[in-house]
Amino acid sequence: MAKHPFHDVAIVGIANSEQARVLEGHDSTTITFQAVHRVLADTGLTPWDIDGVAAGPFSGPLTYYMRNGPAWRNHMAPSIPIILDAASAIATGQCHTVLVAHGSAGIYTERASTAPWTRPANEFVVAYGMFTAAEFALIAQRHMHMHGTTPEQLATVAATIRNNGHAHPDAVYHGRGPFTPDDILASRMVSDPFHLLDCAMTSEGACALILTTRERAQDLPKRPVYILGGACDSFGPSYQHPPAWDLAGPSGRNNGYTGRWAAQKSFAMGELGPTDVDVCEFYDPFSFEIIRQFEAYGFCEEGEGGDFIMDGRIGPGGQFPVTTDGGTMSFSHGGAAVQQLQRVIRGVEQLRGTCVTSQVPDAQVAMCSNGGAGALFTDVILLGTETP
Amino acid sequence: MSEILQPQSPGIPLPVPTIYSQPYWDGCRVGELRFQRCQDCGAITMDPAPACSACFSENLEWEVSTGLGEVYSWTTVWRPQTPAFTVPYVAVIVTLDEGFWLLANIINCPVDAVHVGMRVKTTFVELSEEITLPYFEPVD
Repeated sequence: MAKHPFHDVAIVGIANSEQARVLEGHDSTTITFQAVHRVLADTGLTPWDIDGVAAGPFSGPLTYYMRNGPAWRNHMAPSIPIILDAASAIATGQCHTVLVAHGSAGIYTERASTAPWTRPANEFVVAYGMFTAAEFALIAQRHMHMHGTTPEQLATVAATIRNNGHAHPDAVYHGRGPFTPDDILASRMVSDPFHLLDCAMTSEGACALILTTRERAQDLPKRPVYILGGACDSFGPSYQHPPAWDLAGPSGRNNGYTGRWAAQKSFAMGELGPTDVDVCEFYDPFSFEIIRQFEAYGFCEEGEGGDFIMDGRIGPGGQFPVTTDGGTMSFSHGGAAVQQLQRVIRGVEQLRGTCVTSQVPDAQVAMCSNGGAGALFTDVILLGTETP
Repeated sequence: MSEILQPQSPGIPLPVPTIYSQPYWDGCRVGELRFQRCQDCGAITMDPAPACSACFSENLEWEVSTGLGEVYSWTTVWRPQTPAFTVPYVAVIVTLDEGFWLLANIINCPVDAVHVGMRVKTTFVELSEEITLPYFEPVD
C-alpha cells in the first residue's frame, strides 16, 4: 500500500497571542511576534530550528529578524491551504520544520463602518452596500427558500457556539452568556436572516503553529498531531460577484456546497468518513454556515442540515460537537485571515486532550474548516492522533 | 404599510470601470442593461469579463437585456456598510430572463415585500457624471 502523503509530517506547536477587541500598544507585526514566541515555547524549539516560514506578509520579516535563513517561505496569508503547503514542503524534503504565523491589530479603526476586510471594492458590488454579512445572507436566504430552514435553527447554532465561548476563559467574549436561541433572535437585525448574534465579531490577535517531521516530533514535549487529509474548494474571488448558491460550471458542482469535494478528497486520503469525526472545528463566520457544512460534508442529506443541528447534536456531549472554543462569534476574529488558523489550533488542542473547556473525551479525529459559500471557498483539514 | 425602498444618494462608493466593463457602464448611462454573448458557443457572460465563462473564448459581443427577471435571493440590510449608505436597503441577486445573474438593490418597493421569485425589471439612477447604476423595481 502506498504511503500516506503526510505520513512523515506532524503538527507539534500551537499558540495564541493575547486576543482582545482592541490590543492597545500593538500593531500587526508586534502581535504576530508575540504568537511566534509563544509557539516556540510550546515546542521548546529555537528560531534556528525553523527552516521554513509561512506567515503571509511577515514571512520575510520573521526570517530576517530570526536570522534563520536560508529558509523555505510562503507569502500567502496563512490558513488551511498554507498549512497543507507547509506539510507538502516537509513531505517533499524542501524543509523540515515550518513556522506558520499571522496576526492583525490596529487595522479596524473606523467603527462607524463595517471592518475594512469585509467591504469589497469590486465594481459590480461596491455601490450596493455589500459586506460579508450580506454576502452570506444571500446564500442563507436561498437555502431557506429551497428547504424551509428556519431562523430558530440558525439561532440554535449561534447559541451553541457562543456558549462554548462564554465558558472559555481565553475567549474575547468569555462570560458574555449563556445564550438561548431566543436571545439570538432578540438581537438586532444586521442583514436578514442574520441577527447581530448570528454573525462573527471582530477582534485583534495572532496565531502560530509549527509543523515538523514525524521523526523530529518524537523528541518534542507535546503530543504530535497528524494530518489525515486535506483539500480546498474555490469558486472564485470573495465578495466580487453575486454569491449564488447555484454558481457552477460544466462540472455541475455548485458553490452552495463548496467544501464538499474538498471533504471527499480529505476523507478518501484518510480512509475515513463523517461518522469517524469526533469533533467538528467548523469555521463559523455566520450561523447558517454550520448547517451548510454538515450537508456539504455528507454528515446529513441536502436540505436536512437545519433539523440535523437540533436536539443537542452539535453541543457539548453531543454526537458532533462544533467550534468548541466559541469560534469567530465569541473566541476571536483577529482580522481578514488570521482567525482561520484558530480552527486548526483548536483541533490540535482537542486531540492533545488539553482543552480547558469543552474537551471532547478521547477525541481522535478532528475535522477543521475555513471559508464559506458567501466567500466562494471552503477548505478542509482532517487531523488525527495516530500516524496516517 | 412598510417603508418604500429608495435609491442611495450620491456619496456612496462608486464603480471604477475597466477596459472590458466600460461598455456595460456606458449602457447604463443610456438606459440599457448590456451583457456579453459568446460568438463561438452562444453562452452569456456576466459580470462583464475578458473571456466567455462557458468556453473561455475571447470572441464576445454585447447585447441588450430586456431588463426583466425574478428575484433569486435577497437580504434586507439594517447595519450600513458605511455611513454613506441609508438603511434599510435590500440587496438582491436577480435571474434575468436571458439567464444571467445580476447583483443590485431593489427600490420602489415596500421593504417587507421582497421575496424569492418576485418579478422585477431594471431601472437606472444617475449617481455621478460617469456612473449610472442599475437598480431593480417590482413589475406592476
